[in-house]
Amino acid sequence: MAANQATPVKYDMEVVRWFTIAAAIYAVVGTLVGVIVASQLAWPVMNLDMEWLTFGRLRPLHTNAVIFAFGGCALMATGFYIVQRTGATALWSNKLAWATFIGWNLIIVSAVVTLPLGWTSGKEYAELEWPIDIAIAVVWLMYGFNYIMTIGIRKTSHIYVSNWFTMGMIVMITYLHVVNSMAIPVSMTNSFSIYSGVQDAMIQWWWGHNAVGFYLTGGFLAIMYYFVPKQAGKPVFSYRLSVLHFWALSFGYVWLGAHHLQYTALPDWTGSLGAAVSLAMIIPSWGGAMNGMMTLSGAWDKLRTDYILRFLVVALAFYAMSTFEGPVMSIKTVNALSHYTDWTVGHVHSGALGWMAMVAYGAMYHMVKKLWGVEKMYSEGLVNVHFWLATIGTVIYIIAMWVSGIMQGLMWRDYDEYGTLTYTFVESVSAMHPYYAMRTIGGLIFNIGTWIALYNIVMTVRTASAARGANAVPANA
Amino acid sequence: MSDHDTLYSTKLQDKVERSTLLMFVLTAIAVAIGGIVEIVPLFYLPNTAMCQNDPTCNNTQHKDANGNVIPMDKIIWNPETSAHKTLNDWAPGDGVRPYKPLELAGRNVYIREGCFLCHSQMIRPFRDEKDRYGHYSIAEESMYDHTYQWGSKRTGPDLARLGGKYSDEWHRRHLNYPRDVVPESVMPNYFWLEGKSVDVAETVQTMKVLTIMPFNPVPKTIYTDEYIAGAAAELEGKTDMEALIAYLQSLGNHVKFEEGVNYRD
Repeated sequence: MAANQATPVKYDMEVVRWFTIAAAIYAVVGTLVGVIVASQLAWPVMNLDMEWLTFGRLRPLHTNAVIFAFGGCALMATGFYIVQRTGATALWSNKLAWATFIGWNLIIVSAVVTLPLGWTSGKEYAELEWPIDIAIAVVWLMYGFNYIMTIGIRKTSHIYVSNWFTMGMIVMITYLHVVNSMAIPVSMTNSFSIYSGVQDAMIQWWWGHNAVGFYLTGGFLAIMYYFVPKQAGKPVFSYRLSVLHFWALSFGYVWLGAHHLQYTALPDWTGSLGAAVSLAMIIPSWGGAMNGMMTLSGAWDKLRTDYILRFLVVALAFYAMSTFEGPVMSIKTVNALSHYTDWTVGHVHSGALGWMAMVAYGAMYHMVKKLWGVEKMYSEGLVNVHFWLATIGTVIYIIAMWVSGIMQGLMWRDYDEYGTLTYTFVESVSAMHPYYAMRTIGGLIFNIGTWIALYNIVMTVRTASAARGANAVPANA
Repeated sequence: MSDHDTLYSTKLQDKVERSTLLMFVLTAIAVAIGGIVEIVPLFYLPNTAMCQNDPTCNNTQHKDANGNVIPMDKIIWNPETSAHKTLNDWAPGDGVRPYKPLELAGRNVYIREGCFLCHSQMIRPFRDEKDRYGHYSIAEESMYDHTYQWGSKRTGPDLARLGGKYSDEWHRRHLNYPRDVVPESVMPNYFWLEGKSVDVAETVQTMKVLTIMPFNPVPKTIYTDEYIAGAAAELEGKTDMEALIAYLQSLGNHVKFEEGVNYRD
């Protein structure tokens, strides 16, 4: 890459700056709503007796805000950054990138308005109603088209590995969103899926799991493959492992959705197939995690002083852990216990907080310094504080959910010596209270970290802008 | 890249990496296969409730508690063969039927409030789930559920066979202030549903839309033009609370798997 930058390239980085700031803001908002809904399960009075703030309406807002607002802006920021730098070219269309920024943020605003109003399609992780779904398809294709065209006009001979993963994400999310969102409207604010029962369930989890697989994993692996080597100052450990990682993940991940429906009315073979491929996916997932970790060979000492590298490495550890946990939970025997419990919630958060958010923050800190042309963040110490808050918050959260999830599963199936169920359902609910409180605290700690990150990023930008004003030297992103 | 790779790449991979178009096409194929293999068969195999005018429903067979095969027209209500010809005559055990207007309005409330985020409607074939909730759920029982409501989490109990378990009055008190009835509950209060009128126009439109669904539509022999025309009068003056209770009371007793047991005894 370095060789190709002999003649300076004028990159389009202003839109990347805006996406980065937006991601930092949405991370605060999304996790804050998460803390609120978590507290509602521990203390129902937190529903405040207002229809717009009940758990059932706010929970989709939480998931949409963290996945599509925070995750989406982080992906688009890093994506547009990586594709330009690895291709030694400006964007195919800077205007289209700006339209994408505005469109995506309008979608986020519309989600914030419509979900508390109860305008929902009733599909988990795809709750937004049909007019917004159409807008998502349009903006997503604008992003994807611009991205792929930018790969097309690259000045380098090979397409860098990060761009393979992002391209896979762009294609798959288009398939998923279009097929899963097929619905017939009954009004501007309500519609019903054209599928029902078994077919709707399978298509929904084909979407649900691959939103995880291609968006929250593939997209963020693109981040990992660019920013880990950059931050460590080392090349990717193994090129061949990255080839294996990409193709195995692209082909294999698609099969996993059925493992969300073990022992339901979905035919047995579908769930078994999903579980079998899930187990096989440990190999490429761990191959990829090792590929990232081993990139630090000979640079491990940097972890003592480089707080950004800490984010990236701990993210890889969580990636490895949750890509082991997931296949285990897909096994029917384990799933019989774990399904419908908080264990699933814990698993999602070890991925979302531990992997996705951590790797995104590592990349965001790295980018902020480059984008605003500064040597250091406003406070490197605060990066470290954020790192520890994020790590501790995540660990508290997932431990609480492991304990409560396994406890629920065991209480529900427990029989006494007379052959009757030992516990009523509500006894399992009240047994969850301490863990729901603990989960709220874990989430709150994580949320405090996001505030610190936002403060640190804003202050870095302000300091850089002030310095630039004084010296009148444009930032060289 | 690294020294670990003595062989830099295969020829094919090298070619793919140099071509945006090739990379795009191969990726688009690789990511499509798994979904096709797992989803397409669900539209023609038995036990998927995808009957499309086939009375045997692709040779689906369900057995009752004694191991005897339940006739398919007792699994899916068919007004032509059943003794009960209209939705108002339908009785539990006649087989899976579409929702009546007030139940459908209640289902819209159920979806709007995100009930599925804490309550599943899918009983698994385990001893403890049978003891707690009743017979395991079969595919046909959600065949008219456009936007399925199986859920993925049991913060509260499963509701697949809730119908008939409690009185309407219990539901009303419980939905109003759950902790009045179940002190340990963490469910939000839904007292404000009493003050909301059912959206008549939207419910009637929902009935019309359900008859034109490409997969598992409600037969026009059940949602007849006259039946849909009469729905508005039935819904007039009803609250979201009444609708939701009607929906909850309709869940799970359509098929009789055991004589004398309606899963609430």
